Amino acid sequence: MVAQNIVFGILAVVMVAAAFRLVTTQNVVRAALFLAVVLAGAAGLYILLAAEFVAWVQVLVYIGAVVVLLLFGVMLTRAPIGREGDLDNDQRLLGALVALFLLGALGAVLLDAFGDQKVGTINIRRTAEVSDSLFGTYVIPFEVVSILLLAALVGAVALARRD
Amino acid sequence: MYLNQFLLLAAILFCLGVYGVLARKNAVLVLMSIELMLNAVNINLIAFGAFRDNVIGQVFSLFVIAIAAAEVGVGLAIVLLIFRNRADIDLDELAQMKG
Repeated sequence: MVAQNIVFGILAVVMVAAAFRLVTTQNVVRAALFLAVVLAGAAGLYILLAAEFVAWVQVLVYIGAVVVLLLFGVMLTRAPIGREGDLDNDQRLLGALVALFLLGALGAVLLDAFGDQKVGTINIRRTAEVSDSLFGTYVIPFEVVSILLLAALVGAVALARRD
Repeated sequence: MYLNQFLLLAAILFCLGVYGVLARKNAVLVLMSIELMLNAVNINLIAFGAFRDNVIGQVFSLFVIAIAAAEVGVGLAIVLLIFRNRADIDLDELAQMKG
């Protein structure tokens, strides 16, 4: 339990620091790399919670595909690469206020609702159990997600195509 | 491990994502902040799955990952289209629909 808490602490500090830099850095490429750090930390948390399959899906889909896609977006839109300011608008103070208010509200509700409940011993769930649930109880949402991905694929091609 | 340590971490990440969406004007950076928020939700789902000792949290986080991938694909296509039409992805300048 102590080792798990130490790992959690390290991951939490790294993730919060990287997320903070992600939303404050003035360099677009660095922001994408900080996003990769946050996503890798989340994958570590999933392993800590014994969700191995989701952790590796996270690594493959998020770090492997989404971050690369975002970097392609940076490249294709010729965003200012290198140190250059002017990535924030003039609502920074208001945005920070809204975020702090939301954090206060969420924190108060969470502390009130789950005070000192513990996760306890985590039973390792094999990937077979996840897939049984995915292709058993949740097979219709799974098929809907397939259609959604197809629609997103066709839509992205139709939008980005040069006529 | 307390359940709340995961939930509070996810809340902090979500709020940082909210700040990013509100305070950034580069469209790609806004998309990154949205990914941050979706990821915070995933941490919640996995933590509750471990707390309740079932696999449903993992199944739903897989759905969220798939939908986030679709979202970022379409979102980047829209951003590219805006860039092609206006040679700029500054979200503050996109005010053509303003009455």
